[in-house]
Amino acid sequence: MLMQKTKVCLIVAMAMTAITSSVFAGGPGKPGATDVKPDANNAGLKLPAGFGALKAADSLGRTRHISVTSNGGVYVKLDRAKNNNGILYLQDTNGDGKIDKKTSFGGYGGTGIYVKGDYLYATSNEDIYRYKLDAQQQVIDPEHPELVVTGLINRRQHESKSIVLDDNGNIYVNIGAYSNSCQTQDRTAGSMGMQPCPILDSAAGIWQFKANKLNQTYGDGVRYATGLRNVVGLDWNKSLNQLFVMQHGRDQLHDLFPSLYTEKQSADLPAECMYALKQGSDCGWPYIYYDQNQHKKMLAPEYGGDGKKTGGENAEDPVVAFPGHMAPNGLLFYTGTQFPEKYRNGAFVAFHGSWNRSPENQAGFFVVFVPFKDGKPAGKWEVFADGFAGPGPVKSPGDAQHRPCGLAQGPDGSLYVTDDVKGTVYRIVYKTK
Amino acid sequence: MRKWILAVMPLMIGALAASAQVKKPAREKPVPAKQSTGGGAAQIVRGKALYKQYCISCHQENGTGVPRMNPPLVKTEYVLGDKTRLIGILLKGLNEDVEINGDYFTNPMPSQAALKDQEIADILSYVRNSFGNKASTVSAAEVTAVRATIK
Ligand code: HEC
Repeated sequence: MLMQKTKVCLIVAMAMTAITSSVFAGGPGKPGATDVKPDANNAGLKLPAGFGALKAADSLGRTRHISVTSNGGVYVKLDRAKNNNGILYLQDTNGDGKIDKKTSFGGYGGTGIYVKGDYLYATSNEDIYRYKLDAQQQVIDPEHPELVVTGLINRRQHESKSIVLDDNGNIYVNIGAYSNSCQTQDRTAGSMGMQPCPILDSAAGIWQFKANKLNQTYGDGVRYATGLRNVVGLDWNKSLNQLFVMQHGRDQLHDLFPSLYTEKQSADLPAECMYALKQGSDCGWPYIYYDQNQHKKMLAPEYGGDGKKTGGENAEDPVVAFPGHMAPNGLLFYTGTQFPEKYRNGAFVAFHGSWNRSPENQAGFFVVFVPFKDGKPAGKWEVFADGFAGPGPVKSPGDAQHRPCGLAQGPDGSLYVTDDVKGTVYRIVYKTK
Repeated sequence: MRKWILAVMPLMIGALAASAQVKKPAREKPVPAKQSTGGGAAQIVRGKALYKQYCISCHQENGTGVPRMNPPLVKTEYVLGDKTRLIGILLKGLNEDVEINGDYFTNPMPSQAALKDQEIADILSYVRNSFGNKASTVSAAEVTAVRATIK
């Protein structure tokens, strides 16, 4: 009897090893190290010494956000469904780092995608769906997702619904403002702001919903944070147990108020801000914007501001203020051990690149790193990965060959970056050997 | 025989191209240029300056727009097509899901009704004759006529 039990255990153990080693054969690598070889030219990217990059996949369509499972499988959300498929599941079955197996499902376009526990969550521009995962973290029934949240506002502008989950069964979703700065006439020169701004009731904030309750809508959720014009990049910081978001700041200060702002000022203002949120946070949109040069919250011209008057005494201050219009589309707190110590718990931000900096060249199109210590930025942000746009200066965003959008961390600590121009999935590794 | 033609062909094409350059084909001229206020060329020059002031942020210097957000003005059916519809977009703005060159764009196009009829005519004349576009110019009278139909 005892003999038999041990034997069974042994066989089970052997089988387990066989399964795990076959699953982990290459792709995901060991935590803290990677065997994956970078491309000869590092996929065209400029990286700090010791780092390399490869194109894990290419030509996938407009790949927006990305989530990597604990066994190295990659889920990517497409901006527009292609042949009725808006989600891609990518695998690297031989461990060389290159995606060699691709399946697709999910007949809706969108941006948000996130794997948490036994579920894959994905968003259209109005709804949040979830798919149950099997032990291999693969979707069991791709044709029949469950509808978690429905009927979120989509009035075209700032339509994407980015999501992240905490460790307590809550889902956080961005509902962007369907406006630039809540003018009576949106984006029309001289038009003043609506007082109070009616958009704040149903958009321009982060809403919290239950991850395991179906068919929720506004009444079931909580407006967790407000005064956020549009958030695309967001992440749950596990060491602080706190939601961090990247706001896309307002556009066109000069176009709309030419007597108050020069073209040059308008090209750099306002800041693109990182905020650390608590329930009830108000980040001040549309009444104020943040000026990264004066380090102040400024009254918006639509509400009587002139570039000098400050405002929003009760509004949150940003944790980090970046130059204007660079469009932060991805945020990731790095928890891996593959990259050097400096990167642990710091933030990576993927900047999609600007469009309203004319007559200056456009800016962004890179991934930056912000070191963190004790929950606060510990030093200035630095460009981590550059070269996505190609060699030349970018006069117009259409000139950019690739534009960074989503970020994810692989189980071995590799950093994945999506591009929504050509549909490239980059994998950035640290050369441990 | 065939070999001979093939060998001479590049020469013939070269000669044709050279003579074409000298002669300047008449069909290249925009059709009603003469009719428009201030003449087509002057309108296009003024239109360029106005475009820079009122349109460039969104539609960009080269008219290619911004992916997913602001549409291109390069050979779209709106730019090259029916002038009444085109003038209407400038006077009323546009904020609905319409397909433009095979894609969709999510920003709103704000109404430009605050501009004068002549200014709109100049901007549209510039747009219709730039970025690879080639179409007739737009007159202030045409803009006035469309404005009268919009309350
Ligand atoms: C705030 C950004 C913005 C500004 C400023 C703007 N447009 Fe637009 N324009 C758009 C958007 C966005 C659309 C598409 C709207 C839609 O799909 O509903 C559009 C559509 C158009 C179209 C029709 C579609 C096409 O691409 O052919 C024309 C023509 C056009 N704009 C011309 C102009 C001109 C000329 C100006 C300057 C006088 C101008 N626009 C200023 C954003 C803008």
